[in-house]
Amino acid sequence: MSLLEVTDLKVSFNTSDGVVQAVRGVTFSIDRGQTLGIVGESGSGKSVSTQTLMGLTPGAKVGGQALFEGQDLLTMTPDQLRRIRGSQISMIFQDPLSSLHPLYKVGWQIVEMIKAHEPGVSKAAARKRAIELLGMVGIPQPDRRVDDFPHQFSGGMRQRAMIAMALALNPKLIIADEPTTALDATVQAQILDLMLRLQREFDTALIMITHDLGVIADLADDVLVMYAGKPVEHTDRRTLYYRPHHPYTAGLLRSIPSGSGGRNDRLVPIPGQPPSLISPPSGCSFHPRCAYTMDRCVVEEPPLRPVADRHRSACWLPDEAVGLSAEVENLRGMAVDQGRKEASA
Amino acid sequence: MFRFIIRRLLFGILVLWLVSSTVFGLLHLSPTPVEKMIAGPRASAATVALIRHNLGLDRPFLIQYWSFLKNTFTGDLGYSYVTQSKVASLIADRLPATLWLVFGAAVLWFVGGITTGVLSATKARGLLDRVSTVFVLIGLSIPPFLMALLLLFLFFTKFGDWGIHLFQPGQYVSPLADPTMFLQRMILPWLALAFLIVATYTRLTRGSMMDVLSEDYIRTARAKGLSERRVVYRHGLRAALTPVITQFGVDLGALIGSTIVTEKVFGLQGIGQLVYSSIVQGDTPVILGVTLLTALFVVVANLIVDIGYSFLDPRVRLD
Repeated sequence: MSLLEVTDLKVSFNTSDGVVQAVRGVTFSIDRGQTLGIVGESGSGKSVSTQTLMGLTPGAKVGGQALFEGQDLLTMTPDQLRRIRGSQISMIFQDPLSSLHPLYKVGWQIVEMIKAHEPGVSKAAARKRAIELLGMVGIPQPDRRVDDFPHQFSGGMRQRAMIAMALALNPKLIIADEPTTALDATVQAQILDLMLRLQREFDTALIMITHDLGVIADLADDVLVMYAGKPVEHTDRRTLYYRPHHPYTAGLLRSIPSGSGGRNDRLVPIPGQPPSLISPPSGCSFHPRCAYTMDRCVVEEPPLRPVADRHRSACWLPDEAVGLSAEVENLRGMAVDQGRKEASA
Repeated sequence: MFRFIIRRLLFGILVLWLVSSTVFGLLHLSPTPVEKMIAGPRASAATVALIRHNLGLDRPFLIQYWSFLKNTFTGDLGYSYVTQSKVASLIADRLPATLWLVFGAAVLWFVGGITTGVLSATKARGLLDRVSTVFVLIGLSIPPFLMALLLLFLFFTKFGDWGIHLFQPGQYVSPLADPTMFLQRMILPWLALAFLIVATYTRLTRGSMMDVLSEDYIRTARAKGLSERRVVYRHGLRAALTPVITQFGVDLGALIGSTIVTEKVFGLQGIGQLVYSSIVQGDTPVILGVTLLTALFVVVANLIVDIGYSFLDPRVRLD
């Protein structure tokens, strides 16, 4: 049994414009010590999925199952879920300035969390632990900085403080929701290093949510790519980077700045906009933006199916069309031609 | 901090000077013939002129203004034209009734407004939110005198008919002299005044609270596994209170001297009634005295709010 097993998670919201189907069937699992990257554009449902697991999406209609150590998070009472939040599963959010309470001292906010789950711990002991944690995440002079307010910290230090808070009760799973998006590139690398080091040290499971495939390149064991509320590709990191199957994943990879490339090495954007989640496109949600659309894609939705061992993709292209090379592009093109012929025949 | 307070106090003195000079000038431009009123309708022109001379009203404007400034600056508010008593002691006599009226009502509207505001924010669009919205609308739109009269009719006249004599409107009685009668006289005025203002505080708290509850740090507080109660009060209300307290300070200061209607309807002899009678009689020294007092309260209340801000929000620095 895995630490967390999410099966066919569905989340929708009633709005005045109609029902927003934010997540339309996501399945994944994660074990202790593992890192799962969830990648997608804004609005692909990656944050909503994980916040729903934690009961942080009020007003959502939720379906599916999410077994955490065998217990379904989605059917727990609010109080059961509250006990798990912070102590068993903790979260790190995108913007560390707005995520820390501006009117309370950083140390106080960590102590509060410790005391909420371990009421027996004395204030002095909790404070000592907060200082240790701040030191562990690389905040200089933690015994003095513990009494600083968040606005006295730099952006990177605030995120370090959030990480310290997330680790405070030695949780089994940490969900990091775009933890480096609001930070400078150099600070980003430091924070990612720190998270990786602490994850190994504590043998924690880590779900890393990002829109940037570059962020999880060194970090994730498995990667789940989401598009319009659905998983479109799910495999290990190496396969995803070198042998992507889904045209959307391939598009995301082409839009990463390589750094090594020369002056003429242009980024290739994915054309078009993410679709409406109130009335998603027919067939494959990606077909309006896809370069390999076949007739079948418009009417029939591709399931997330195995294309190789431990490699699943929701695309009608043939299994062997994996990778980014010119030959593979040819192969895809031929498949599309054939698909169109079959349809017209 | 110290320099901030000094600067604000000097600024406050400037405000007091501007306010009192403006009122002084306005009263001079539209004089009520106070000397005729004192002399009576049948007095001779000579008597009226004598009274005018005795009050110093025949002196040139600038001389009058200078002596007003000089006296005020040395703490002498002068004598009432009408009753000949010291303005300072007139105000001192009336101040307790008004202070008690305002502070008692303030407790009611502050506690009531914040409680209703928080409850309607946390259960937005629920039954309580809708009911409170209706009361807020009534409170905002009903004229003060009508509210006061309705309360009197119900709790004094009707209750009296039913043999319940809990509320006895009448003159202000010191709580030290007779606590029971003090309460009997004050409760209705408190309710009437609070009802007018509580609506604003309910709206203000509700709006501020809804903003705060959608902040990222509230999501963090929930993600930490804190109880919902702690999330709403310790994290939400603590941050939402700042604008409410600012408003509270300003309202408290401004209400001294503007509770005329409530005092009149309930027969409380407070500053409001003093303002009313002195304006009707053209009693310039009293009008100026009360104006200065009200302005002083507003200035001091603002200063306290600004200093309080730096305690409420560590990001605010007083320099």
